[in-house]
Amino acid sequence: MEIQITIFGQLTDITGSSLVRVPAARDTEELLTILKQQYPALGTAKFVVAVDKKIIQGNTALTANSSIALLPPFSGG
Amino acid sequence: MQELVDISERYHRQVLLKELGVQGQQRLAEAKVLVLGSGGLGCPALLYLAAAGVGTIGIVDFDNVSMSNLHRQVLFGTEDIGQLKVLVAERKLKAINPEINILTYPVKLDNAGCLELFASYDIILDGTDNFATRYMVNDACVLLQKPLVYGAVSRFEGQVAVFAADKTGVNYRDLFPQPPVEGEVLNCAEAGVLGVLPGIIGSMQANEVIKLITGMGEVLKDQLYTYHALYNQHLTLQLSVVEENRKGIPKNEQEFLQTNYEWLCGIGVEKMEIEQEQFEELMEKGELTVIDVREENELPAISFVEHVKMPLSGLKEQLEKIEGETVVFICQSGKRSLQAAKLLAAINARINIYSLKGGVLNWKSKIS
Repeated sequence: MEIQITIFGQLTDITGSSLVRVPAARDTEELLTILKQQYPALGTAKFVVAVDKKIIQGNTALTANSSIALLPPFSGG
Repeated sequence: MQELVDISERYHRQVLLKELGVQGQQRLAEAKVLVLGSGGLGCPALLYLAAAGVGTIGIVDFDNVSMSNLHRQVLFGTEDIGQLKVLVAERKLKAINPEINILTYPVKLDNAGCLELFASYDIILDGTDNFATRYMVNDACVLLQKPLVYGAVSRFEGQVAVFAADKTGVNYRDLFPQPPVEGEVLNCAEAGVLGVLPGIIGSMQANEVIKLITGMGEVLKDQLYTYHALYNQHLTLQLSVVEENRKGIPKNEQEFLQTNYEWLCGIGVEKMEIEQEQFEELMEKGELTVIDVREENELPAISFVEHVKMPLSGLKEQLEKIEGETVVFICQSGKRSLQAAKLLAAINARINIYSLKGGVLNWKSKIS
C-alpha cells in the first residue's frame, strides 16, 4: 500500500512536487508524522488535511484508496 | 413601458433561461452586493455583476491603479494609472450598464466600517488581498449573518466558497481558525499570480452571487472549491462546522470592534513595546494585569508592581486564562515578553497588549 497525497499552494515549495507518495499509514496522525520527517518544514507550516474530499479535524483512519490533500491558506486577491 | 422593453432586450439572453426568467432578473435588479477590493478578483466579478443587472453594487478599495495591476485587473488600462480604482471602476461599469446604481467607498475597510457598510447590503464578495482583512470580513459577516462569497488566489491556484450562507453555514474559521502570521504565507506580490487566474476565480464568485440572488442551482455552501490553472484540476471539498475553531469569532459587535485583526496576523506588533514611562502611566490608571514570563527563580525579583508569573515555556497552555482590558508582559530584557505579547495577540486581539521594553534589567527605580 502506498498513499498519494496532493499538495496545494505554497506547500509545494516544501515538498518540491504537487504529488507526494508515502508508504502505508494507518491514519492521518501517522501520515503526518511520516511527512514531517520527510519534509521538516511542514512541521511549522499552516495547512488543513482533506481525506476523501472532506476537510478533517483530528485523527482519521486511512485506507489504501484514501485520497489525501494538504491545503494551506492563501489570501491573494 | 419603453424602459421595460430596454431592460428585457439588455437581459434577453439570460431572461430566456427558464431557471432565471423575468423573476430572476427582477431579483437581480433589487439586489445589493458589496464588492470588497477592486483588484484581480474584484474586477471580473464587478464586470459580470454589473452586466447581469445587479441593481446596486458597492465597491470598497482605497488604492490607486498601478502598472503592476494591469496584467490581471481587467477594468483598468494604462491611462488609468494613478487614479482611484473605485472611480475608474465606476466609470467603466456605468458605461457597460447605466441602469444600475454604483456606490464607491475609497476607504481602507476597518471594523466599524464593516458593521456600518455591510448592514445595507445583501451579499458581500471578498476580493481582498490580505489575511487581516479577510478574518475581519469573515467575522463581520458571521455576526451580521450576511452571505460571504469568498475567493482567494495564489500563483496558479484559486479557492471559492460561500461562507455564512445562513445560520448553519460554515465560515472561514471552520477551515482555518487562526490567520497565519505576517510573512508565514507569501502574498501575490511576493509569490506571483497568473493574470487569468483571478479572472476565473472572480467570475466564479460572481456566479455564486448570481445564484444566491436568483435561487438558481446550488451554491458552494459548506464547500471549498479549489482550482489549479496549470493542470485544469479542480476539487470540491466538504467543510463542516467546528465549534472549537469558532472561539476566535467575537461574540458580539462590541467585541468585534475591539478586535485588532492586524495583531492577529502579527502586523504592527512592534508597537506593543512600551517604555518605562508609558508603563508607569498605565499603572497609575489601574486595572492592569502584569505578567512576568521569566522562568522560575530568575532574578531580580520584581517588586515595583503587583504581577502574576507565567513562564514563557508554559505560556501557550495558559493564554486562554488571561483576562482583563490591559496586559503588560515583563521579562529580563524585553525579548521574551514581546514574544509572549505576540502569542497572546494571535489568539486574543481584544486585549490591549504591551511588552515592557528593556525588561527588568532596564528598570530604573525612582529612589530620591
